[in-house]
Amino acid sequence: MTIHTSIKKNAYYDSVTLMLLSRQLQELAGVEDVLVGMGTELNLDLARDLGLATGEFDTLTPNDLFIAAKIDEAQISMKAVEDAFNEYLNKSAESDSDEDYQPPSLSSAIQALPGANMVLVSVPGQYAAAEVEDALDAGLHVMLFSDNVPVEDELRLKQKAVEKGLLMMGPDCGTAIINGVPLCFANAVRRGKIGVVGASGTGTQEVTVQIHKLGEGLSQVIGTGGRDLKAQIGGLMMIQGFESLIADPETELIVLISKPPDPSVAEKIYQIAKSSPKPVVIDFIGGDRAAIEAAGAIPCISLEDAAQKAVKVLRGQEYEDFTGFSLPEEQIEQIVEKEAAKLKDDQTELRALFTGGTLADEAMKLLGDHYDIYSNIPLSPEMAIENLPEGRGHICLDLGEDEFTRGRPHPMIDPQTRTEFFESHVDEKTAVILVDVVLGFGSYKDPAGAVADSVREIRQRLSNQDRDVVVIASVCGTELDRQDLNKSITTLEAAGIIVLPSNAQAVRLTDKVMQRIKKGAGDVR
Amino acid sequence: MSVNDLFKQELKVVNLGLKSFYSDLKSQGVATVQVNWKPKAGGKKNMLNLLSKINKVKQS
Repeated sequence: MTIHTSIKKNAYYDSVTLMLLSRQLQELAGVEDVLVGMGTELNLDLARDLGLATGEFDTLTPNDLFIAAKIDEAQISMKAVEDAFNEYLNKSAESDSDEDYQPPSLSSAIQALPGANMVLVSVPGQYAAAEVEDALDAGLHVMLFSDNVPVEDELRLKQKAVEKGLLMMGPDCGTAIINGVPLCFANAVRRGKIGVVGASGTGTQEVTVQIHKLGEGLSQVIGTGGRDLKAQIGGLMMIQGFESLIADPETELIVLISKPPDPSVAEKIYQIAKSSPKPVVIDFIGGDRAAIEAAGAIPCISLEDAAQKAVKVLRGQEYEDFTGFSLPEEQIEQIVEKEAAKLKDDQTELRALFTGGTLADEAMKLLGDHYDIYSNIPLSPEMAIENLPEGRGHICLDLGEDEFTRGRPHPMIDPQTRTEFFESHVDEKTAVILVDVVLGFGSYKDPAGAVADSVREIRQRLSNQDRDVVVIASVCGTELDRQDLNKSITTLEAAGIIVLPSNAQAVRLTDKVMQRIKKGAGDVR
Repeated sequence: MSVNDLFKQELKVVNLGLKSFYSDLKSQGVATVQVNWKPKAGGKKNMLNLLSKINKVKQS
């Protein structure tokens, strides 16, 4: 094996394009390891950690592209790796827009697009704040997808946005739908009368999808970024969004979604809710129910519950907490019995492998005190995944967190990370695998197909030990999404996966199966 | 332009960064422009700091 580096000076490509190309090159026979990236400190460190660095790295700048590969020259030459790179690059999304005029700067782009009113920023975090500042100074609204933006910059930029009456959604804002246009990771949903402000990306996607499934639609969906409701930022963008929706004649009801905010921020939100002339539904996932009710708002027990209550209140119908299933209880019990009967007595563990962080968080909160669940986003510090005793116990992972995405795309964009976790984390002790399948713009072309392939492989592996496993999924998507909700469900069900209509219901079914096997598989006839 | 004014307008998006976001917008018929973005000053920190200082002087 030898290590080679190929460098293209002054050739800039975006990180997702290059990470996907790295993955494709990795598949070539004779390539043991490969990393393609721009010469940023982060990428150079990663290459060094992987043992792929050569002396030529010292000359690289963030504007230079490098391909670093460990190859078996008996099988493949570095020239062949470079040729494959160029071929894949030409086929990638990068080339889609090559025929279009691409102005070299924000200011020239604003001239090229008269009436531009929104700037979408997803450049590397260390360069993002300067671009956002220029956009706000030019009087444009901003959606900042980039992460790794310092909190001081976030505060300064949001203060400027509020001063100018502009949106500054983010940083790390994954989803928004403005004037019916889905931005970044958003689902295709109909327009309507419900406005949403969300600090949780996939949480917001789940609520909008459920509202669509219930027959209503969305006026505006405003993202804030996950740090907005912390004390340092003070909820600047949630308040800006909330007040804009109160003033918006197209919006008749408002839904707010976040993890529990800092108490000082929550208080500000409650004060606005108290004086809101429009009904307000709040899902501060696991938040203070009494405080929400005291503010005259409607509290929720899940993302799906938030959508259900929003739709019922909009239609003037009575509502209560939705704790059940869309299917009749009898049918659910039949599924539980049938699935639990597949398992041996020593199959007791849960493997929840999520691509959506809020969905993983909701799953752990809904499973509550019934189980000790170890996670990389644990509900309490002692349940951190590092504390998992000898690899045994219940596990729930957010595979989109930084520790799993270093040098590779988010698992909603590329299913490879989860595919690997299916291989490494599911074994003969696993009883239930719980997954999310997130459709929509930005997401992988066939996430259901990737999960189905993994499940078939797992079942094949377990069948050698005369074992099976229960797999439960929910699909966050609509029939209007390009991946198509119904096609995705069919794909999953064909692989023997039980598909529920929401994350909350998938978690509840998981709980029922786990409770059933706790009683002892011997009871199952 | 206030947020509520934005709600009344056709959305027109300048995209800096991931081209897939631009492609998604274009495929929906949204008015959009992709910036041929690369780090200013070759991404070198000392040069970026200098540029930022020059801009601040210009603005004041």
